[in-house]
Amino acid sequence: MRACGGDTILDWTHAGPSIIASFLASLVEFVEALTIVLAVGTVRGWRSAIIGTVAGVVFLALLVLIFGPRLQRIPITTLQLVVGVLLLLFGMRWLRKAILRAAGIIGLHDEDAIYAKQTNALRNDGTPGAARLDKIAVATTFKAVVLEGLEVVFIVIATGVVGHTLLPASLGAAAAGIVVIALGLIVHKPLSRVPENMLKFAVGILLSAFGVFWIGEGLHFGWPGEDLSLFGLVGGFLAVSALLVLTVRRTASTVASLPVVHASPSADRKGDAS
Amino acid sequence: MNVIVTALKEVFGLFVEDGIYAVAIIVWLLIAAFALPHVGAVAWRAPLLFVGLIVILAENVIRSAKRAR
Repeated sequence: MRACGGDTILDWTHAGPSIIASFLASLVEFVEALTIVLAVGTVRGWRSAIIGTVAGVVFLALLVLIFGPRLQRIPITTLQLVVGVLLLLFGMRWLRKAILRAAGIIGLHDEDAIYAKQTNALRNDGTPGAARLDKIAVATTFKAVVLEGLEVVFIVIATGVVGHTLLPASLGAAAAGIVVIALGLIVHKPLSRVPENMLKFAVGILLSAFGVFWIGEGLHFGWPGEDLSLFGLVGGFLAVSALLVLTVRRTASTVASLPVVHASPSADRKGDAS
Repeated sequence: MNVIVTALKEVFGLFVEDGIYAVAIIVWLLIAAFALPHVGAVAWRAPLLFVGLIVILAENVIRSAKRAR
């Protein structure tokens, strides 16, 4: 591999963010899926939970095998625009939510609470038979793996297909899967210490940057610095998002202090206590 | 049929959570696609596309924060 050849830099400009985005996004989704699989396995038995999980993984693999190669036949400009718009919508949705969570406007994702809620719900669904297949367990794990995995599949295909980095993106997702499964086997409880919002923040920024970059390319706008502008977009989204978190936090603390001012006798005397 | 509708809702939910936010993004992309090629220098088109999206993000976050209080 050349250390500083033009091709190598160009490949890593696309492959680097693509691997990081798919690894981080997959980490978040696998942690969420693991919580439900652990809850099902603990309450309803591991046999049915594993069957549901494997069925979900096979279903997702079929989706990738069916749609992955077909997407590469679509003309590059159309692909850039369609994938760019979808990535942008997906990324900016995550980014908006991550900013609001970081600013304390909406609550953080709590894996322990989800695990407790899921186990309670599964206990209330009756006791599974010892020998036969537990349909509730299979359906719950299948649904969890497919729904969380669908996001992984979308991110891997979307970040990989346009820049021809499908393999590196898949490796990033696979690495995240291995890490989460290994940790799940070791700790045997939900991975509640994973800084999920920070990961979603990072993924939101990366996917939004990818999305706007591909849309610009698809519209033939031409980015200053060409492929390297991807890093500028990441920096731009990061800077604005950090600023928004600080602004919203500051405004929230100002608003929180207002009732004290209004309750003061001087404010009452002026007749503006409402 | 129910399963298909649920699946489609889930897929739609991957991209759209706040309808106004998603519509604002799509409208800005359409404006950028059709209007930006007719205004300003070529070098400004891509940065303007990005700036518009940043404005939409900032407006939505600030509005959502105000609404939540």
